[in-house]
Amino acid sequence: MSEVPPTRMNQQVFKGKKKAAESGHKLLKKKADALKVKFRDYAKMIAETKGTMSTDATTAFFSLTQAEYAAGNFKQKVAEGTLTARVRVGAGIDNVAGVKLPVFTIYETGGPADNQSLGLIGGGKKVVQVRERFTVFLSQLIKLASLQTSFVTLDEAMKVTNRRVNALENVTIPKIQNVLDYIDRELDELEREDFTRLKLVQGKKEEVTVNVSDATNKMSKLDINQDKDITATFDAQDDEDVVF
Amino acid sequence: MDVGKLVAVIGDEDTVSGFLLAGVGHRTADSTNFLIVKTDTKLQQVEEAFLNFSQRDDVGIILINQHIANDIRHVLKDYTQTIPTVLEIPSKEHPYDPEQDYIMQRVNMYLGGGN
Repeated sequence: MSEVPPTRMNQQVFKGKKKAAESGHKLLKKKADALKVKFRDYAKMIAETKGTMSTDATTAFFSLTQAEYAAGNFKQKVAEGTLTARVRVGAGIDNVAGVKLPVFTIYETGGPADNQSLGLIGGGKKVVQVRERFTVFLSQLIKLASLQTSFVTLDEAMKVTNRRVNALENVTIPKIQNVLDYIDRELDELEREDFTRLKLVQGKKEEVTVNVSDATNKMSKLDINQDKDITATFDAQDDEDVVF
Repeated sequence: MDVGKLVAVIGDEDTVSGFLLAGVGHRTADSTNFLIVKTDTKLQQVEEAFLNFSQRDDVGIILINQHIANDIRHVLKDYTQTIPTVLEIPSKEHPYDPEQDYIMQRVNMYLGGGN
């Protein structure tokens, strides 16, 4: 802290710094609060969605079992042949208090379904049902995935923000305050120094004036005698005439 | 590359078949985006598949059966990327247990323990 020369200018500079740090701290705190609110929302939504997910999964798997019963074992055939993803996920971005959250949106290419001949011999309807059920399940999962990603990202962002808030509060602002205190102390010290110096000079001056006035008084006392007409003491009559 | 990312699936035969029917399957000449884990599938294979999916940039979400996720928990723990997102899903034989899901553990922690 002593590396800062204690001048008025530096005091001004550090006052500005302190102000900036404090407003930054306030803003960050607000951001942290906003993030926390969102974070809790997401946490709640995840808890709910995960709950419904299990029931969705059960129905989906049950429909699969039904289809298997109706159409025979078709599972090996599903994974055969060329496959092109019909369902893809688009990645959008949501913005919460300056934090970018990735959001997945389900996105269908509209291409033809793979292995359309499945269940041609029997149980075709059941297979179609499986497709539907799993599509529902999948869209749920994709929603959940966005929530989860947002959750993780928010968690990270919250940590960073809190760290910054704490750093400002406990490190940066006290440091600046220390420097300001130091400058204040030094400036006061300088002022006191100046004051004593002035007093000293004044004292000396007074001493000098006292001496001078004493001297003049003495002088003036002498002057009283000198003021008389020096010729008055002499009477011309007293003197004998000077005869050459 | 097409618009949008793929959904990768690591799961037992039922799970994978279901999602393939829903239309997530994508097979190109050199790779697929799903792995069917059978009883004789080696753990190493699963790990490799997971690492492979997580490093591909055309994969947006990795769905993985919870009982398989438990088998490769050591790999999942080291996984810190945001995208692709790893999502643990229930399987036919293994009902979903929220206690084992890392995210659910965090959620419960924030919502005030255990409920």
